[in-house]
Amino acid sequence: MVQMPVYIGKRLLVAIPTLLIISIFVFSLQKLLPGDPIMAMAGEERDPAVLEQLREKYHLNDPIPLQYVRWLGGVAQGDLGVSLRTNQPVLELIGQKLPVTIQLAIMSMFFAVIIGVPMGILAAVKKNTILDYIANLVALSGLSVPNFWLGIMLILLISVNLGWLPASGFESIFVDPVRSIQTMLMPSFVLGTGLAATLMRHTRSAMLGVLSSDYIRTARAKGLSPREVILSHSFRNALLPVVTLSALLFGELLAGAVLTEQIFTVPGFGKLIVDAVFNRDYAVVQGVVMCTAVGFIVMNLAADILYVLLNPRLRATL
Amino acid sequence: MSAVSQTAVPAKRESSRAWRKLKANRSSVAGFIIIIFFVALAALAPVLPIPDPVATSWSAIRKAPSAAHWLGTDDLGRDILSRMIWGAQASLMAGVFSVAIAVAIGVPFGILAGYFGGWVDLIISRITEALLAMPFLIMAIALAAFLGPSLTNAMIAIGLSAMPIFVRLTRGQVLAVKQEDFVEGARSVGLGHLDIMLRYILPNVTAPIIVQATLTVATAIIAEASLSFLGLGQQPPAASWGSMLNVAKNFLTQAPWMAMWPGIAIFLVVIGFNLLGDGLRDALDPREN
Repeated sequence: MVQMPVYIGKRLLVAIPTLLIISIFVFSLQKLLPGDPIMAMAGEERDPAVLEQLREKYHLNDPIPLQYVRWLGGVAQGDLGVSLRTNQPVLELIGQKLPVTIQLAIMSMFFAVIIGVPMGILAAVKKNTILDYIANLVALSGLSVPNFWLGIMLILLISVNLGWLPASGFESIFVDPVRSIQTMLMPSFVLGTGLAATLMRHTRSAMLGVLSSDYIRTARAKGLSPREVILSHSFRNALLPVVTLSALLFGELLAGAVLTEQIFTVPGFGKLIVDAVFNRDYAVVQGVVMCTAVGFIVMNLAADILYVLLNPRLRATL
Repeated sequence: MSAVSQTAVPAKRESSRAWRKLKANRSSVAGFIIIIFFVALAALAPVLPIPDPVATSWSAIRKAPSAAHWLGTDDLGRDILSRMIWGAQASLMAGVFSVAIAVAIGVPFGILAGYFGGWVDLIISRITEALLAMPFLIMAIALAAFLGPSLTNAMIAIGLSAMPIFVRLTRGQVLAVKQEDFVEGARSVGLGHLDIMLRYILPNVTAPIIVQATLTVATAIIAEASLSFLGLGQQPPAASWGSMLNVAKNFLTQAPWMAMWPGIAIFLVVIGFNLLGDGLRDALDPREN
C-alpha cells in the first residue's frame, strides 16, 4: 500500500500527454469554422480598421502555434474564455450547470444499478432459462432504444396522459427536495435505462465467471444455501468489474445527458453545450468538450485506483 | 507462397464454420431479416407508390392514421409513411457511411501502430487514447457544430468520433497476429512491409473488425438520429427519423403518432444491427468453437 501514491503519480503522468492532445483537438475546432471569426464577432461592423483592431486584440494575427500556447496557458489557469452570449467566463458557466448534471447522473446511476445489477445476477443464476432470455432481451432493447425517444414517450404517457409527473423544469435539491426529485425522476430513469442494460450484461458475465469457479463449488459442497452462495460469495467478487465499470460509464452519462436535458429542459451541462452550439457560442462548446475530457480522464483514473484497492491480488503487485 | 496455402485452407474452413453458426443462430437471423427489410424499403423508396415525402398539404395537417395515410400526417400535412421510408435512406446511409469513414481511417492506423510498434505506435496510441477520452456524442456534436449542420457533416462527425475504437481494436489484433509463424515466414522470404500488412496481417484481423463495424452501425444510426434530433444532421425539408422526432416533440398532445413511428423504426433497425453483431461475434469468436 506504500506504493499507492507512486502508482497514482505514474498514472497522472501518463494522463498529461493525453490531455495535451485533447487540448490541441479542442483548439483546432475553432479553426474548422468557415470564414473569419472576427467577422462573426464584429456583427454589422465592417470598418477594416476596427476589424484589424479586433484581430490584434484576440491575437489572431499571431502564428497558430503561438495562439495555441497562449490559449493553453489560459486553460491551465482555468481561463476557458468568455461566453459570447452571456459575457460570463466559461468556467463559471460550467460551474453553475455541473451540479444539475451531477444530480441527474447520481439519480440515473441509482436506476441503472437497481435495474441492471439484479437483472444481471438473475440472468447468470438462471442461465439458459426463459428468465435469462428475457433479461437479455430487455438489456438489448435498453441498448437499442434511443433515449430521447423514450423520454418523449414517457412525457406523452406519464405527463400528458396521466399527469403524474411534470414534463419539464428543474428545482434545486437544496431548495425544494421533493419537487427536485419529482422533476428529475423521468430524466434519470430515461438516462438510467441505457446504463442498466450495459450493467446487466457486465454483471451477468462477471457472475457467470465467478459461479463456475472452484471456491463456489466448494461453498456449495459445504452445504451453504444458494442465497448465501450467490450473495455472500459470488456477488461480492463479481462486483469488482461492475464497480469499476460504473466509474467508466461517466462518459456515457454525460453524452446521454445532452439529449435527456434537452427533452426535459433540465438546465444542466448537456443543455449548455446544445444551447451554445445554436447560439454559435464556440468558446462554451470548446470549454464543455475540454471539461468533459478532463472529467473522463479523472474518472478513468478513479476506476483504475478503485480496481487496485478492491482487488487484493493487484494490491500485492504494487 | 507456402505460407499462403497454409493459412488459406483453415481460414476458408473457419469462415464456412462461422457461416453455419451464424445461420443456426435464430436471433442473428432475425436481426438480418430486419436489416434487409429496412434496406429494401430504403432502396425501393423511389419506385414505391407513396406520396412525395416533402409535398405539403394544408388540408391534411396532423391527420391521425387512416386508410389514406396509414401512419398519419405531420404538421405540414406530409405523409408520415412516405417520410419514414425516405428517412430510412438517410438513417441507413448515415450508419453505413460513418462506419466506413471510421474503418477507412481507423484500420490503417491500427495496423501501422501494431505492426511497426515503437514511436509510430506511441504517437498513434496516445492520439487514440485522447480521442477516446471524449464521449462519442459530445465529440460528434462539437464536430457537427463547427463543421456546420448537414447530413454529410453529421456522417463525417460520427465517423471521426467512432474511428478511435477501430484503431485500438485493430492494433490489438495486429499485435497478436504479427507473432504468428506465417508472418515470420513472409518476412523471411523478403516480402516488403506493405505486402505483409495487406496480404498477411489484414485478412487475419478482419473478423473482429466486421463484428465491431456491425455493432458500430447501430451506434451510428442512433448518433445520426440524435444529431438530426438536435438539428445538426439532416436539414428540412428532407426526411430523417431523427429530424422527424425533432418536429414531433412540439406536437405531442395534438399528434402523438408523429413521435411514435420514427422512434419505433430507429429501435427496430438498431436492434437488428445489434442482434446481427452479437451473432457475428459468437460465430467468429474462436473461443466459441
